[in-house]
Amino acid sequence: MRNTLSVRSSSRTFKAVLGATLAGALLVSVVPSATAATNTIGGVCAKAGVKAKVGKTNVECKLVAGKRIWTDTKIYKVSISANAILGGKNNQTATWIQNYVIPQFELSNADKGKQVEVSFTPAGIDDNQFKTQLALDLASKRGPDVMALDGFWVAEFAEAGYIKPLQSVVGAKAVNAWEGWKQIPASVQGVMSYGGKKYGVPQGTDGRIIYFNKKLFADAGLPTNWQPKSWAELLSAAKTIQTKIPSVTPLQLNAGDGMGEATAMQGFLNLLGGAGSLIYDSKTKKWAGNTKDVRDMLGFYDSVYNKDKVGNSDWQLLAGENGRNESFKAFSEGKLAMIIEGDYLWRGVINPVSGNFKMADRNTNVGFAMIPAQTPKSGVNGQSFMSMSGGSGYALNPNSANKKVAWELLQFINAKEPVSSFMAIGGAVRISQRQDVNAAVLKSDPCLKFVFEKAIPNTFFRPASVNYNAVSVLLQKATTSIVQGKSVADTAAAYESALKDLVGAANVASN
Amino acid sequence: MKSKTIKGSRAARPGNSVLGKGAATAFLSPSLIFIGIFLLIPAFWTLYLGLTDYKLVGIEALNPSFVGIDNFTKALNDPQFLSSLKLTIVYVLGSAIFGQALLGFVLAWVLNELSPRIRNIVELIVIFSWIVPGSVVAFLWFAFFNKEEGTLNAILGVNIDWLLDYPMLSIIIFNIWRGTAFSMLLFSAAIASIPKSHIEVARVAGASKMQQLRNIVLPSARSYILTNLLLITLWTFNDFGPYLLTGGGPGGQTQILPIFIYDSALRYLDFGYGSAIAAIMLFLNLVISLIVLRMSRKGKK
Amino acid sequence: MKLFGKEIQLQDKRRIDERTKVEKLSTFAFVLLAASFFAIPLMWLVLAPFDSDPTFRIKWPNWGLGNFSEMAENPYAYRSLMNSVIFSAGSGLAVILVGAPASYVLSRIKFAGRDAFLYILLLFSSIVTGSAAMVPLFLLSLHLNLIDTYQGVVLVLTGGLIPAAIFILKDFTDSIPKSYEESAQIFGASSFRILKDVVTPIIRPGLAVIFVWSFVQAWGNFLAPFILIRDVNKQPAAVMMYSFYNDGGQAVFRTVAAFSLIYTIPVLVMYFYVNKKYGFRFYGGIKG
Repeated sequence: MRNTLSVRSSSRTFKAVLGATLAGALLVSVVPSATAATNTIGGVCAKAGVKAKVGKTNVECKLVAGKRIWTDTKIYKVSISANAILGGKNNQTATWIQNYVIPQFELSNADKGKQVEVSFTPAGIDDNQFKTQLALDLASKRGPDVMALDGFWVAEFAEAGYIKPLQSVVGAKAVNAWEGWKQIPASVQGVMSYGGKKYGVPQGTDGRIIYFNKKLFADAGLPTNWQPKSWAELLSAAKTIQTKIPSVTPLQLNAGDGMGEATAMQGFLNLLGGAGSLIYDSKTKKWAGNTKDVRDMLGFYDSVYNKDKVGNSDWQLLAGENGRNESFKAFSEGKLAMIIEGDYLWRGVINPVSGNFKMADRNTNVGFAMIPAQTPKSGVNGQSFMSMSGGSGYALNPNSANKKVAWELLQFINAKEPVSSFMAIGGAVRISQRQDVNAAVLKSDPCLKFVFEKAIPNTFFRPASVNYNAVSVLLQKATTSIVQGKSVADTAAAYESALKDLVGAANVASN
Repeated sequence: MKSKTIKGSRAARPGNSVLGKGAATAFLSPSLIFIGIFLLIPAFWTLYLGLTDYKLVGIEALNPSFVGIDNFTKALNDPQFLSSLKLTIVYVLGSAIFGQALLGFVLAWVLNELSPRIRNIVELIVIFSWIVPGSVVAFLWFAFFNKEEGTLNAILGVNIDWLLDYPMLSIIIFNIWRGTAFSMLLFSAAIASIPKSHIEVARVAGASKMQQLRNIVLPSARSYILTNLLLITLWTFNDFGPYLLTGGGPGGQTQILPIFIYDSALRYLDFGYGSAIAAIMLFLNLVISLIVLRMSRKGKK
Repeated sequence: MKLFGKEIQLQDKRRIDERTKVEKLSTFAFVLLAASFFAIPLMWLVLAPFDSDPTFRIKWPNWGLGNFSEMAENPYAYRSLMNSVIFSAGSGLAVILVGAPASYVLSRIKFAGRDAFLYILLLFSSIVTGSAAMVPLFLLSLHLNLIDTYQGVVLVLTGGLIPAAIFILKDFTDSIPKSYEESAQIFGASSFRILKDVVTPIIRPGLAVIFVWSFVQAWGNFLAPFILIRDVNKQPAAVMMYSFYNDGGQAVFRTVAAFSLIYTIPVLVMYFYVNKKYGFRFYGGIKG
């Protein structure tokens, strides 16, 4: 037995460990939290005697001697949260909030004699994890005053009572008085709405198109100003590529439940709409079950992955984001001819400056086309082209201690200057929620201009129903089955059966 | 020897205890209170949730209802749950029982014979694999298994996408690598506790290594083996590690029970169902423990 | 006959020699294979952090310390490591404080259902450390005002670690003969004194192992801080590690490599220290 009675050295060790821990704790509490010296977590801009330098993308507030006159002695504290963190995930949003929104908002209030302190709660985790944290907070009547919320979650959070319509939180008069509503298209406002009521303000929007590699097209004898007008034309182009350039994958059409919502948004929702149906019919209040349009949509997947084999089945079966990343990599390297994706691909993935899979010749070599309906005018509302839009936004916390100020902050982040500032940060232009900002900002970007002008007018949003998530997963799994070789008839039948279990047979349409 | 009664001394207490009731209660109470608050309450609460349709979002968050055993019948009819159960059994058998325990034992047995220096070095390497934090290890193996740039493919000279084509095999190998150290340490202790004389006698009598193993080492180490199997079975049954490698995929092919619960809880925020599954897992763990206990008791006689 | 006998002896000896040689060779091969199996994946951790351009592959690095300074630019990286130290050391201490007295009592006193009690606790710990317990743990901490606090996470972590710790420590204590305690008792020591001055030093190796084990478990734990902490300045490394992605969702290899190494070092150091001082073994500890 070693050291049975060496009490002294052991207690020394114990003290050392204790000491180290205490030192660590002290260090952690004393070293200032991550803030820039001129930044304003804690309301520096609101304090007396502040000199401010307002830039396009950030505001510097410096304390100088002098006095402010406060018309209100109360200090209003509000918090804003997002799944964004400096130096990590969604860095652009975090930078914008911390370096522009907060100081500028505090400053503009201070100039009116009001002391406001805004704090930012950053996070850098998986979106589902962020949602869970937020739900836990809201369930216990805590949480930030202004919260980033995926449009997707609005229905479930509203049903759970976690969020309330804006008019319930601050009054209809205050809500309707905001000038911003005029600048945001009605369909885009729908992203943060449920049951006909607005719960928040959307933060930008996006659209889906077909990207294609112009050089590969030229090599295969296809036109570089290509615009397919039907599914048949799309497939035919893919088959031409396959024959003429067998070493590349002709088409990426998101499939499988590994990619989650990306399969819905970039895949089957566009096809279903192009065949003439929405996944949920709000008039008949039924979900699309084993219908002709659903079978046609699955049939298209079948053509791509089984009959004509113009897609890469392996990618669709990978876990999580991996399949999508594989397709991104291939497209950026010129090994994939066509990919149906959101404008996110252009801005954030193949961006030659800051993308994950930089494509040096992006600006000259990538063409865009709208996603065609099954045949001309066969789409929902008689459309010949389809797109899907997602979006997120910011909502108000119904249990906020400072509802009025929170609403002011929400309006502020959606005003013209702050929105333009967001676009300017990070350099990569995006489609904003405001038409006035878009008109100015998108002039120089051909792709986003194309999406804004051509795709968004044809766009649809996902149904704001609590069941949407689960139904989407069922359809994602259906596409997995198709990619794995199951027949359309069997897959559609299995899908409808699971759908009936989920929402009740009375709410399912079939034909 | 003169037995002097030392002032203030007491006679040794009969029976098996140095502690009086008072002292025992004093020692045990704080621990019991702590365990009551931070272990028993959340555990029973979770089990109760399994009897409801509680969800963290949606209308079931506002108005959950008591549904009794509905979640359990749902699970038993849920093909995804049944598949998950099957995968978990394969995972436990493959990586814990036939993997970690076997490899750990062989390592302990073999290293016992070698020079202390080699023994220390090898043990160190094995223990590192156990101590390095889970998320780092997952990244290391994700890199190792990578199709284009992974080292495994470089060594074997192939171009296989391990996590896609052989997902269960991959996570089993991963878990064996990750957990063998514990078994190795335990069996080292077991072997060290066997009096050297027993083995000497056997060796002099001409017994081969296999015979020594079978007739002396295994019987003496019986209780160690059973304890080890119990602990690693329970730990592997509840192991969440593979999630970081495969996320339960591709297409659910590695969705073992802990991942199934995680998906219910975090993807679908369906805590009622997830809790019911946790309860089923608890029951299965109980069955396993009882089996091992009975085997252990039989051996004691 | 003697000659014949000697011949046979020689043959046997040769056979035994060959058998030993084959044994030795296969043992050597086995050990080499096993050591490689365990060592190779670890090598990324040693090489990539010092590589100015790391990839998934284990390759000879472009030596440099740039990754570490790049990591320092991230406002939360080093801070999160400090938080991990607090959570882990705190849990280690709490596990010992709560677990040691309990293990001692459960080891020395037999009562009906003692073993069953321990096994039930062990089973419950698997529930409480799983995803399903998220909501109860959150609500419990809410009622005790422990949300977003260091102590909350430590207490929740300890709750999940206690059963296995008691299990292991009790077995360890079982193997220690009671003679020391009994003689101390004869000399008039109180139970508390016995625990403090006689038992503790003897089971110190076991305590050290449990401390390291708890520390390691807490060090890697994601779930508890994820559920309870909202202030990013209190988040530990286990959670922070997932934020090292760029705007597009790609892992930033350089930061991940450097962070992984620094994240790993403290637990390695702890292990080394305990191993040197006490020998990191379960000693005669674990029996059925």
